[in-house]
Amino acid sequence: MAHMIEIDGLTKRFGPVLAVDNVSFAVSRGEVLGFLGPNGAGKSTTMKMAAGFLTPTSGTARIAGYDILEQPIEVKKRLGYLPEGAPTYPDMTVAAFLDFVARVRGFSGAEKAGRVKRAMDLTQLAEVTYYPIETLSKGFKRRVGLAQALLHDPEVMILDEPTDGLDPNQKHEVRNLIRGMAAEKCIVISTHILEEVEAICTRAVIIARGRVLADGTPEELMARSRHHNAVILTLADAVAAEAEGALRTLPGVATIERASAGAGNTVLAVFPSAGKPIAGRISDLFAERKWQAQEIKVERGRLDDVFRAITLSRAA
Amino acid sequence: MRNVWIIMRRELAGYFATPVAYVFIVIFLALLGALTFYVGNFFERGQADLIPFFTFHPWIYLLLIPAISMRLWAEERRTGTIELLLTLPVTMWQAVVGKWLAAWLFTGIALALTFPFWITVNMLGQPDNGVVLAGYVGSMLVAGGYLAIGGAVSALTKNQVIAFVVAAAVCFIFTVSGSPVVTEFLVRWAPESVVETIKSFSFITRYNGIMRGVIDARDILFFVSFMAFWLFANAVIVDLKKSG
Repeated sequence: MAHMIEIDGLTKRFGPVLAVDNVSFAVSRGEVLGFLGPNGAGKSTTMKMAAGFLTPTSGTARIAGYDILEQPIEVKKRLGYLPEGAPTYPDMTVAAFLDFVARVRGFSGAEKAGRVKRAMDLTQLAEVTYYPIETLSKGFKRRVGLAQALLHDPEVMILDEPTDGLDPNQKHEVRNLIRGMAAEKCIVISTHILEEVEAICTRAVIIARGRVLADGTPEELMARSRHHNAVILTLADAVAAEAEGALRTLPGVATIERASAGAGNTVLAVFPSAGKPIAGRISDLFAERKWQAQEIKVERGRLDDVFRAITLSRAA
Repeated sequence: MRNVWIIMRRELAGYFATPVAYVFIVIFLALLGALTFYVGNFFERGQADLIPFFTFHPWIYLLLIPAISMRLWAEERRTGTIELLLTLPVTMWQAVVGKWLAAWLFTGIALALTFPFWITVNMLGQPDNGVVLAGYVGSMLVAGGYLAIGGAVSALTKNQVIAFVVAAAVCFIFTVSGSPVVTEFLVRWAPESVVETIKSFSFITRYNGIMRGVIDARDILFFVSFMAFWLFANAVIVDLKKSG
């Protein structure tokens, strides 16, 4: 099978508001797709439609080859879905809730018990097994939602903000968990934490106002940043004054920004034209003039730059 | 069927996980006792039957059934769990029937706890236990009808107070549609066929027959199709409203 998730022209209109406008993309096994966008961009609405909760105004989606409109039950069997806000039944204990989900998923007896235990181990819920969910912290609730989504070891997972509300350690654990499952699954996560995209996603799709504005690997997107291949130099003030002029005339350099770093040092940010690498030429120049730099750093690019550039420019 | 059972079990356990179930049962039994003995003159009548007891069921249900049904869907919508439930591999009808069945079974449990009334009347005389059984069947049918209305109304809103008030009002209309309040108002201007149709929806008229031991297949069919209609409406409303 070519693609495990095929989003095919999904459109959703709420009255006069076009929430999702003809969104299409496909995701293969082994991919972790980061679904990015400002709040209200249509991320959750798209995910709700792909999971078979909302009926699209037009378009469809296929999960593991099954159409969400024609064979919704087949889709739901193969999909692990974490809804926005990770809703769970507050009165139930963690164990009773996961037991319920396992039963609905068609497991019984020892297999059911094994599935529940495995899901709780993966999401580290053992210590709260018999706590009512309403008494748990936000981080635990989110993990109960995750446990529910991965209990049946689905081929496809759609996770709406899986790390929202978790502390840094828990975020790290959840990212490891997603990375660990990534090879044999097809995973879509929505997030607005850009470092998360760099950390776990093999691909990112950026949407705003219901439209797909960019689709590429995190590296490809970062290459669009004006910081891509920029060189950040920390120099003594005396050297900086001398170096700035020489750098300006260096071929491939577009602009230079300077800022004081305190303690007699200056930071020079050297931006290349058209994102071409310039670090080699700069280090040659420094070697030739025998200048010393406290620190030389080459930027890969900043995803938040790209995110802002893409989502703001088209929105205007 | 398996999924209906699983959903029903979860729902039913939910009633007993909170004080809702216990409060409901205690109030139900207390009200029923007070009405039967004081208003219904159970002893003074000197008859070995449970008519004074069963007479009050529809009125007590009018107050208490919407309190059960109001949370059926409104709660799921408010907490967002409806999205979880409907993205599990269950069909809409399994979810609707499972939830309604849990509420109905819960009412059945409350009703079963009225057994001391039955024991009392059997100790005091020789009642026709067939008629008593018919009364219980009729009572369950009325409760099922109210719950089906309440479930559909609950699916319309996230607000449980609205769900309660609207469900009670709709149930009231079906309860009294055969009484003079409604018929005398209608008979002045409406054609007789309309009056007869509206009268035929009366829960009280049909229930009073069943309660006295007259089990007419048409009454049973009425209640069953009435429940089926409201459950169908419930499914349609959930489907339409889940986006909001």
